[in-house]
Amino acid sequence: MDYTVIIGLEVHVQLQTRTKLFCGCSTKFNPDHPNTQTCPVCLGLPGALPVLNREAFHLGMKTGLAINCEIPAFTKWDRKQYYYPDLPKAYQISQYDLPMSQNGWLEIELDPETREKKKIGIIRAHLEEDAGKNSHDESGRGQDSKVDLNRCGTPLIEIVSEPDLRSAQEARTYLEELKLLLTYIDVSDCNMQEGSLRCDANVNLHVHQANGETVPTPIVEIKNLNSFRGVEQAIEYEVQRQWKHWQETGLSLKDVPKETRGWDADRGVTLEQRGKEDAADYRYFPDPDLAPVTVTDAERERVSQELCERPADRRARFEESYQLSVYDAAVIIDQGLAVADYFETVAESCGNGKQAANWVTQDVLRELNERGLDISKFPIQPDVLAALLQKVNAEEITIKSGRTVFQELLNYPEGVPGIEQIQNIIEDKGLALVSDTGELDSIVQAVVDKNEKAVADFQSGKQAALGALIGQVMREIKGADPKAVRELFIAKMS
Amino acid sequence: MSITSATASELLAKMNSGEISSEEITSACLDEISRRDGSINAFLSVQQEAALEKAREVDRKRKAGKPLGKLAGLPVALKDNICSEGVTTTCASKMLEHFVPPYDAHIVEQLKAADAVLIGKTNLDEFAMGSSTENSAFKTTTNPWNTAYAAGGSSGGSAAAVSAGFAPLALGSDTGGSIRQPASFCGVVGLKPTYGRVSRYGLVAFASSLDQIGPFARDVTDAALILGTIAGKDRRDTTSLDAAVPEYTSTLEQPLKNLKVGYIELLHEEGLHAEVKEATLRALDVYKSLGAEMVPITLPHAKYCVATYYIIAPSEASSNLARYDGVHYGYRAPHFENMIDMYAASRGEAFGDEVKRRIMLGTYALSSGYYDAYYLKALKVRRLIRNDFEQAFQSVDIIATPVTPTPAFTIGELVDDPLAMYLADIFTTSANLSGIPGISIPAGMSKNNLPIGLQLLAPPLEEERLLRAARMFERETDWHLKRPV
Repeated sequence: MDYTVIIGLEVHVQLQTRTKLFCGCSTKFNPDHPNTQTCPVCLGLPGALPVLNREAFHLGMKTGLAINCEIPAFTKWDRKQYYYPDLPKAYQISQYDLPMSQNGWLEIELDPETREKKKIGIIRAHLEEDAGKNSHDESGRGQDSKVDLNRCGTPLIEIVSEPDLRSAQEARTYLEELKLLLTYIDVSDCNMQEGSLRCDANVNLHVHQANGETVPTPIVEIKNLNSFRGVEQAIEYEVQRQWKHWQETGLSLKDVPKETRGWDADRGVTLEQRGKEDAADYRYFPDPDLAPVTVTDAERERVSQELCERPADRRARFEESYQLSVYDAAVIIDQGLAVADYFETVAESCGNGKQAANWVTQDVLRELNERGLDISKFPIQPDVLAALLQKVNAEEITIKSGRTVFQELLNYPEGVPGIEQIQNIIEDKGLALVSDTGELDSIVQAVVDKNEKAVADFQSGKQAALGALIGQVMREIKGADPKAVRELFIAKMS
Repeated sequence: MSITSATASELLAKMNSGEISSEEITSACLDEISRRDGSINAFLSVQQEAALEKAREVDRKRKAGKPLGKLAGLPVALKDNICSEGVTTTCASKMLEHFVPPYDAHIVEQLKAADAVLIGKTNLDEFAMGSSTENSAFKTTTNPWNTAYAAGGSSGGSAAAVSAGFAPLALGSDTGGSIRQPASFCGVVGLKPTYGRVSRYGLVAFASSLDQIGPFARDVTDAALILGTIAGKDRRDTTSLDAAVPEYTSTLEQPLKNLKVGYIELLHEEGLHAEVKEATLRALDVYKSLGAEMVPITLPHAKYCVATYYIIAPSEASSNLARYDGVHYGYRAPHFENMIDMYAASRGEAFGDEVKRRIMLGTYALSSGYYDAYYLKALKVRRLIRNDFEQAFQSVDIIATPVTPTPAFTIGELVDDPLAMYLADIFTTSANLSGIPGISIPAGMSKNNLPIGLQLLAPPLEEERLLRAARMFERETDWHLKRPV
């Protein structure tokens, strides 16, 4: 007897609007000043009314189109009703039966070796307002709980996948690809620490029995997954738990209603949150305070024009157009839109994609990491790096000298160095490649003359002796072309 | 005529001619309130100092020849479910007994900009749920014509205030008749505008798709005057309509030519009081005498109005009132065990029976498994009711009906029979369900010396037609000139 794992993800993403979904309050993450970004509307005061933030709807459409959804011509708002202190109206304005986008998909790569891909279906993506945040006294002294409503009313898009994911790893890959996509199209910063991307997972097993029948186990919704690792670990844990539970009880989907469990990252377990009996009845109904929204073909077309190339397409194009390895293409794409743009500018203007990739994935990313910088703040502009690489390509300087110039540019004291600085540094440091045989010839001859022993060693077959001799020339002329020097030595000593 | 029985237009003319000051008017109203509101109970709070201060400010402006708003110096009373900054807004509920809004409703801003003198906040049925103000947590408003009788509701306080001489103008809200019914009971003009004509921003929601703010006045001219200052698009209420606001007062005196008045056959109307029927038929005769054509109409789904209304309104109410949970503001129970218990105790202790009844009705109607049979069905019937009116207005300009089946009932008469109380909304709920404007104007007196109103209905945004038609009737009759003694 074995089983198949069935997983669907519900992902909540905060859209990066300046103001909230239904009022003019700031959406800034501001946990240190609770309840300062509020007004009668998001506080749910009597008589206050919501007004739709068109920019949030626009970003929602952009998201829907990016995940290949249909954007229906008509969509409306519904109230989802439940009591909780972080929800001051005691209902959340959401979308129930007519979401603003539906029936889409997102393609993920299952295996970088085989390049096997899989389309994960997306049932719907709808807009809704976020709740506030409760904090409870954890000292055990029974102090009051506190509510911060700064976040209350922030626009979220909830993206619900089909139960197409078959492993914890697949779920993680899907989530990573989704995050990358949403940051690329610039609808969200997807900052998981700040709660801009949150995930719930619906998990169960299809148990294949000896008689050929397949029995589904009860569905469990795991809440509170706020890291990629958490998603993976929680699902892995839950699969094992359900398998054990099935073996012990034999209870199937039709015996037990959906259960909600919370992921405890510290203990590495899922814990029951909501009992099976009190399944919530949200009593959804159309919000009478908000007019339905209609979307025209022209609007849909305009928004899809705004979409940039999706990361998956760009990854494939990088591999194709710049002959990048799968690994390099992935590293660059996964760094986000700005790094990919940086790379592409460098690759275009230096004319060598592989070389650009090497420099970006090694030198640039290393420096960014060490300096804790964002690419937008990186002192070497892409056209400057491209000019430097061109000099290496044209054998005007060695790769080693190129790295020296790179470091000098980084440490340039007066703002952002321009292309002309490259030549200045080369001249100051005497890094110009010398392959002119006349000049090299006399130095090589002088070294041969001075180093009888080494020459003898080389002639008796000790290749290592050559390196020391070349080194002496290189110390003399910094820009010497090591290849030319080597050839000269061999000619003279053979 | 005395200050306290004069119309707003008369008072404005006298202020403009220098014959009287706003301070004198305001003081006269305040005196009348302190003298008689002990038995009428129209007000939940009176802003005496602020009112007098505003009156003096307007007087100074008027004297200095500075530009003045359209209601400059006129006292206006506000139903206490309309938020006014810094002034308690209780909704006549223990839940909001001490609630002070940090902001003004849109119409309060409009009134302030029009230099009105906001004199006080009036009594209502708790959260506007009821037809008699007997559901107020604080007091029952009595009918100025006879204090043994109900003033009606839910805007009973506003109707009584205008009727009793406490304020020439007042505002109320109408969800199923809550302006027109008390106007009819108290013998004043009450207008429910088209849904969306007046912004609901700052009106504490009862049933959002039905609620509409509207005026009480002593005659049609005054109603036109104040409607012109509060109507119009407000970007904070997305259901408010973006349509130009006509100068209602400028066309008011022009009779409508070739007027076609629709009427429903009243002979078989069950439960219709003989005196109400008689007053309605007499009113039709007045129109006939003015050359109007009488056209019988049928509203096939009208008989479902009350049932439809009592599904939709409580459903929305159950959602709108969920926010009063004792967490963020309003009443919190002093003793509770845990969070759920705090919710239950706070709501249980602070809401009155009628509010609880409607929350339960609405919660039930929206529950999983019942939604389709109740709420969704009600929405479909609502569409049919709206269609009935659209159909009817193809052949008539206005429709004339009774406002209520009976003149004012006595206080306590229906309090233990909520169903009978609900059924009294039979003529008024249709305007809310279909979103059309309706007006109640004085059109008769019962043998018991209680006013009887006439309801006129018009198509959406045709308030101008409605007011002109009402004025045609008013000019031919003197019911609107009668004042309680």
